[in-house]
Amino acid sequence: MARNISFQQAINEALAQEMERDERVVVFGEDVVGGSGSPGEDDAWGGVLGITKGLYAKFPDRVIDTPISESAFIGAAAGAAASGLRPVAELMFVDFMGVCLDQIFNQAAKFRYMFGGKAVTPMVIRTMFGAGIRAASQHSQALYPIFTHIPGLKVVVPSTPYDAKGLLIQSIRDDDPVIFLEHKALYTVEGDVPEEPYAIPFAEANIVREGSDVTVVALGRMVHLAEHAAEDLAGEGIDCEIIDPRTTSPLDEDTILESVENTGRLVVVDEANPRCGLAADIVARVAQEAFGDLKAAPRMVTPPHTPVPFSPVLEDAYVPTPAGIAEAVRATAGAAAAA
Amino acid sequence: MSAEVQKLGMPKWGLSMREGRVVGWLVDEGADVAVGDEVAEVETEKINGVVESPAAGVLRRRVAAEGDVVPVGGLLGVIADPSVPDPDIDAFIADFEATFVPGEAEEDAGAQPETVTVGAGTLRFLRQGEGGEPLVLLHGFGGDLNNWLFNAQPLSADRAVYAIDLPAHGGSVKDAGDGDVRVLVDAVREFLETEDIRRVHLAGHSMGALVAAELALAEPDRVLSLALVAPAGFGEEIDAEYVNGFVSATGRRELKPVLQRLFADPDLVNRQMVDDVLKYKRLDGVQAALETLSARLFPDGRQARVLTGELESGYPGPVLVIWGERDAVIPAAHADAAPARAETHVLPGVGHSPHMEAARDVNRLLEGFLAGVRAG
Repeated sequence: MARNISFQQAINEALAQEMERDERVVVFGEDVVGGSGSPGEDDAWGGVLGITKGLYAKFPDRVIDTPISESAFIGAAAGAAASGLRPVAELMFVDFMGVCLDQIFNQAAKFRYMFGGKAVTPMVIRTMFGAGIRAASQHSQALYPIFTHIPGLKVVVPSTPYDAKGLLIQSIRDDDPVIFLEHKALYTVEGDVPEEPYAIPFAEANIVREGSDVTVVALGRMVHLAEHAAEDLAGEGIDCEIIDPRTTSPLDEDTILESVENTGRLVVVDEANPRCGLAADIVARVAQEAFGDLKAAPRMVTPPHTPVPFSPVLEDAYVPTPAGIAEAVRATAGAAAAA
Repeated sequence: MSAEVQKLGMPKWGLSMREGRVVGWLVDEGADVAVGDEVAEVETEKINGVVESPAAGVLRRRVAAEGDVVPVGGLLGVIADPSVPDPDIDAFIADFEATFVPGEAEEDAGAQPETVTVGAGTLRFLRQGEGGEPLVLLHGFGGDLNNWLFNAQPLSADRAVYAIDLPAHGGSVKDAGDGDVRVLVDAVREFLETEDIRRVHLAGHSMGALVAAELALAEPDRVLSLALVAPAGFGEEIDAEYVNGFVSATGRRELKPVLQRLFADPDLVNRQMVDDVLKYKRLDGVQAALETLSARLFPDGRQARVLTGELESGYPGPVLVIWGERDAVIPAAHADAAPARAETHVLPGVGHSPHMEAARDVNRLLEGFLAGVRAG
């Protein structure tokens, strides 16, 4: 039965239930056991934010602290996955992924393809992303487009506790490498989550809100901002349909295209940088596949093409806002009315 | 009684309902209303329904306007005798608004689901009302206790009503054993024993009706009456596309058209209803259990068990059969196989889910039937 828990608890529960179900599931990363003088159950913090708290006590052999060397433990995860385990590696900030791109792009993502399907790489890399917490340029990026670009990787960006649990379980059970991106500002968000294990299939977008005037596609934390904007716009008589793709690779294009077929208008909200980003990708797909349905030019709501600023004033101006989303929606709706 | 001012409140339909939006009023201010008259149409996240008048009198005031969102238990309108002076009505409304706290209303605080453990595992159930001869409601294949959202509470006015999640369904154990109907029947029987319910009225929908009928055949003395809504077990035909589509659907786009086959009006199936079924289907164990059940109960697109012949002679109690004329899952023509003594109603313009789609009619028929059983 469902009860109200946080995004963070949902992730912890997914890990615990899958470790319980399948002894091949191992967790490793920096401080996933944690605590001074660890290993030690009592002072185990469970990672810098406590996401893995309690796992070490239950599965002491399968929760492993690693040295501060992302390239080493991500490579170890790829090797462990290729040789029969189902590792979940925690790479603290997605911004640090740069030092292990060869292991991800050239090794994990290629094994199944290059070995003709005879090898699988069931690894998950959990990582934090996103701006809005004054963490500056090297700890705030939304780098999911980089992974979405690489065939052979699956990329998951949950927006709610329900989705976080079901998508992480699916990620662990999936035979391909999965990059699982958790927005740091969502960890305390609460929602109804079933106690039982469940898996949400990939490429199954969630229709967060049904509407008939404008299709708004948003991901991760942007879903919540889009919901705010949609509430305000409803008061103005503009009815938004909000679609959360939940996974950027594979992407549920059909749900987006069907929605645009009904509304004729598209706004994509993306926390990633605008060039070669998810917004650009979705707008391009819709322009090619549903041009005849469009009543107005699609719009992208993204940060500017700059690093994330440290100045709080600038950071607030950098990240998309409900007001900015509403403005883009009004512009597409207005353009249609004028046409 | 005539001088009493009666509240017309926002009802609670299903466990998760917190508020509803008034789609429209069906009765003018100043009009006479009787108990059970349809007075307003309300939309929730899950489904649209009609609010029935809880009292007889005049609809003195429509407090909520069309389009208003009102919490469960909140004030929709006021019913009173024409002799009650207007200032009394105003005072009633002012007093209500000063003291009402959303979420603490009787309707909202009321029934919470409980669980009980039987041989098959944990069963979830919802009990409403007290006393009388209890009524147990059994949902259909893939359903759960929330399917009775429009029925359980109205029927509980003078008796305890239990809605059960059968094994492999809702909040109950996600396992149906070998899929034989006996697994479901035994679970209900053990439930009755655990809750110390000696004699019971059973009402079931579709597969749940089959379970109810099997239990009545097995323990005719225990089952006071049998109400069967679009029952399985009355003939071999069943819409294989529905059963197979329900079992195999993994996403919204596949599932929605399948669920629409349950209703004569496909617009009743909204996003939330589809999402709720998907959330259930994704739970570990559900998929396998549904496959096992459907393979056993509906092999090769036919119903494995037809028990109408046995029902004629094997169960002496009163039988009510309700069918929707436009049932796309189990043909309404199966109603002809009902026992000769049964009270049979085929409702026009209604599909496979009369208890949801024509809740008011079904509630009236059930109430009349149960009252008759008592009188008889």
